[in-house]
Amino acid sequence: MRKSRTIDISTGLFVLLGMTAILFLVTQITNREFALRTDSYRLQAQFGNVGGLKAGAPVSMAGVTIGRVESIGYDMDLFKAVVTLRIDKRYDEIPNDSDAGILTAGLLGGQYVGITPGGSEETFKDGDRVEFVQDAIVLENLISKYLFNQAREQATGGEVAATQKGELQP
Amino acid sequence: MKALVGDLASSLMEFLERLGAMTRFAGAVVAQSPAALLRPRLVVEQVYNTGALSLVIIMTCGLFVGMVLGLQGYELLQRFGSEESLGVGAALSLLKELGPVVTALLFAGRAGTALASELGLMRATDQLSAMEVMAVDPMRRVVVPRFLGGVISMPLLTAVFIAVALYGVQLVGVQFLGVDQGQFWSQMRGAVEFEDVREGLVKGFTFGVACSLIAVFEGYNAQPTAEGVGRATTRTVVISAVVTLVLDYILTAIML
Repeated sequence: MRKSRTIDISTGLFVLLGMTAILFLVTQITNREFALRTDSYRLQAQFGNVGGLKAGAPVSMAGVTIGRVESIGYDMDLFKAVVTLRIDKRYDEIPNDSDAGILTAGLLGGQYVGITPGGSEETFKDGDRVEFVQDAIVLENLISKYLFNQAREQATGGEVAATQKGELQP
Repeated sequence: MKALVGDLASSLMEFLERLGAMTRFAGAVVAQSPAALLRPRLVVEQVYNTGALSLVIIMTCGLFVGMVLGLQGYELLQRFGSEESLGVGAALSLLKELGPVVTALLFAGRAGTALASELGLMRATDQLSAMEVMAVDPMRRVVVPRFLGGVISMPLLTAVFIAVALYGVQLVGVQFLGVDQGQFWSQMRGAVEFEDVREGLVKGFTFGVACSLIAVFEGYNAQPTAEGVGRATTRTVVISAVVTLVLDYILTAIML
């Protein structure tokens, strides 16, 4: 009887340790938030380009996370990406002319949706669409635009030789 | 030449025979499992045998695997000036691959061999036949509780392994090598998804089923001699290791 009790106790300890480890892995090293059904409302926004935005990315205002990206779909009629945002009910007084932009955290960080408040008296309601949006910035487009501008400046400035050779010197 | 072909054919037949026998055995074990759960006493004893007794080796190995990962990861990431990503890299590689696989290999070495040699010895000393004579089904009384004990223990051991290994990474990376603690944890939290944790636990569970099944099968069907018991133990480790790695590839391909 004594022996079976020590076996029980060590088994219990082992199972407890295992469960604690699972709990630690789930809550401490993932970004999952275990709020049991927090009240929230949904907003939609249409973007021409979402870049690397993913479902689950944070939605923030002035750097404070106020919600998450619930889903990203593609509208075949508009040829635009439709992003559904789930915003915490606590932040229900966002002016309805606020604008949403897809921004990047740091130089190479993950992308998130940033909301800049507008000046309207009316506030967003569940299911509303965000009218003013700013697409994700695609680095390649930015670079090619810069290079084209450089090339044009040089061409109009008379330094044709450089552009002919394809060498772009600022 | 002819002899070679004959050898090959006969070893292929033997492989197929064992595979078939193991499948039948697996079916019998699974069919008996609900009945065995009604007598939790026996299962708890086996969770103790396979799980609680493996805990020390799992934690020691986890700590050192984590510490090595910390050193190597730091060394590599430092070249790109992104030591802060050490947490992300270590956590993902531990959760997805290293944790479940190394735990399964250790489990096969520590608990699998114990199960196989115990059952083999029971076979060799006619204890299993004696049970049958007494109208006690050795499958239900001996084999299934051991199998279930292993299946319950493996995911828990995997989780413990990963948690301890992460502590090891943190110990080397943050305490010894000076990676910023806040960056280490916050980047890890930003990049690791719940699905990654689930993948690790699913793998741990699957490897647990495979390794436990192989161990009890080899032990139960061991030749009733001293040599047979030894061979059953060896086969348990070898087959478990190969099956674990093959299953790991298949599971990764499915879940990626």
